[in-house]
Amino acid sequence: MSFIPGQPVTAVVQRIEIMKLRHGDNLILGFSIGGGIDQDPGQNPFSEDKTDKGIYVTRITPGGPAHDAGLRMGDKIMQVNGWDMTVVTHDKARKRLTKKDEDVVRLLVTRKSLEQAVKQSMGGCPQTVT
Amino acid sequence: MDNESTYSGYSYKSSHSRSSRKHRERRDRQRSKSRDITLRGDKSVTIQATGEPLLDAESTRGDDRDDNWGETNTVVTGTSVDSVSNEDLARISKDLEDSLPLDCRRYLSPALGAILGLFALVTPLAFLALPQLLWRDTLEPCGTPCEGLYISLAFKLLILLISTWALFLRPPRASLPRFFIFRCLLLALVFLFVASYWLFYGVRVLDSRETDYRGIVGYAASLVDALLFIQYLALVLLEVRHLQPAFCLKVVRTSDGASRFYNVGCFSIQRAAVWVLDQYYSDFPVYNPALLNLPKSILSKKMSAFKVYNLGEENSTNNSTGQSRSMIAANARKRDNSHNEYYYEEAELERRVRKRKARLVVAVEEAFTHIKRHQDDEATVSSPKHPRELMDPREAAQAIFAPMARAMQKYLRATRQQSYHSMESIMNHLQFCISHNMTPKAFLECYLTPGPTLQYLDTSRGRQWTLVSEAPVTTSLRQGQVFSLSRPDFSLVVTVAPLPFLRLSEEFIDPKSHKFVMKLQSETSV
Repeated sequence: MSFIPGQPVTAVVQRIEIMKLRHGDNLILGFSIGGGIDQDPGQNPFSEDKTDKGIYVTRITPGGPAHDAGLRMGDKIMQVNGWDMTVVTHDKARKRLTKKDEDVVRLLVTRKSLEQAVKQSMGGCPQTVT
Repeated sequence: MDNESTYSGYSYKSSHSRSSRKHRERRDRQRSKSRDITLRGDKSVTIQATGEPLLDAESTRGDDRDDNWGETNTVVTGTSVDSVSNEDLARISKDLEDSLPLDCRRYLSPALGAILGLFALVTPLAFLALPQLLWRDTLEPCGTPCEGLYISLAFKLLILLISTWALFLRPPRASLPRFFIFRCLLLALVFLFVASYWLFYGVRVLDSRETDYRGIVGYAASLVDALLFIQYLALVLLEVRHLQPAFCLKVVRTSDGASRFYNVGCFSIQRAAVWVLDQYYSDFPVYNPALLNLPKSILSKKMSAFKVYNLGEENSTNNSTGQSRSMIAANARKRDNSHNEYYYEEAELERRVRKRKARLVVAVEEAFTHIKRHQDDEATVSSPKHPRELMDPREAAQAIFAPMARAMQKYLRATRQQSYHSMESIMNHLQFCISHNMTPKAFLECYLTPGPTLQYLDTSRGRQWTLVSEAPVTTSLRQGQVFSLSRPDFSLVVTVAPLPFLRLSEEFIDPKSHKFVMKLQSETSV
């Protein structure tokens, strides 16, 4: 999950589709995010590289839609519905995830175990996103 | 003249009793003599730290000389020491010591300077006066321009006099072993200068009876101008040049390791030595021989553990070295517990000192509560039962000394300072503190910390130091030089290091550029 400035970012990602749950007046997804280009990356407990300013999943409501869809704590969100999430501010990320007219969010997330799994299963077809 | 060396056996007055002091003086003198003689591999010369003026015109040094020094001073002026054996030198110095009570050589240079200065000051006046006296009739009258020159001459002479008084007429601080090069240079310059002026004057004016008086006055004025410039040169060479720091001197006392660092300018070694000694007397804590060594009880235990027997038929030389080597090896193998004892003894000593210090402080505080200063404007009504008697400081000191005397004595014994403070001196100090409204703590500061050496010094007598150096003592300081100043009991080793060259660069910070951001870490639930 480290990046070289100037080079395209490559990572092994997983597609996760979450159906928003209606809770009162709001549509909730059931997880919390942290990070962003306007935040302090040194305090992120989940990132390998402490200069990584991406959006990370910091908490998952057990039994919520995100948990059911397979999102895990510590995942880094790379795309939301096609929009890039690696270089966004925290507020922008929140807005992308909480659009009122969308019921479904399709995320591309990456985590370290994915890369390891790909390496282990050498014959598998890794889905790489650049 | 180059290899001449002098030393003078000024005695070192401590606060010991008179009879022991005399024995000590004699012993010190003998010891210092033999010590100085053995230091001949390096060029060993002595410094007497009492004084020699820098460049004085009129010397007034007779007043501050101690009148009694004649009986205890000795001077040795030896000749070249290269080819004289030790015994010869000892014999010569012993003879001379008995026969030369006065130190003439010290007065030679200031006297020379004084004569020369006086001569130089009188010269312009002589230049003006001689034509008037000798051939007044044939002189052309010169009106206003001459009077203007007279005025300027007078004021310049006045300024010359005042600045000579300010700069050069000071009590001498030290007598140096070698010539003070700058001073000699200046004296030679003044002499040459005045001599050449006199030569010209003699040939052109006196011989030919010059009638242009205005020219003569202008000539005298130019002499005074040049004298002022020479004085400026003297000021720069003697006073100003060494003010900018260039070297860092590390001074370590060999007896107990007390060390200081000083920044000095460009000095010659002997001048730097005088400067270091000036700082030594006010910075270094006093040398206390009683505090030096580990108690014998700790050290001697190591040696008595093994007895080595001579078994073989080796010859004596092999035997002795073998013996000592085996002893050393055996001692090294033995488990060494002396550090333990040292530690415990130190702790015990410290505890004892602290206890006595606490007792002393309490006793002094209590004693000070017994007296208070009498205010004149207080109501003088006193009850007939307790009439207040007014005491002067001496009596007040005596009155309150008794309760604290014992505690003070025990404390001084514990810190081994009892030789530096006699009862008389404590009483005097107490009287001094009372008259100046000092608190008990201020009274005690003199005893709780060992002060600088100057505090215990009898300043009427000079101090004798020996400067030991490998380089000639008139060379200027350089990196890596080491010289030492020794007394019979200890010495100060001085190491020279240059101050680093500083390269300063500038960085401009716009005051508006001080901006801050919060280090955020928000967590939002979606």
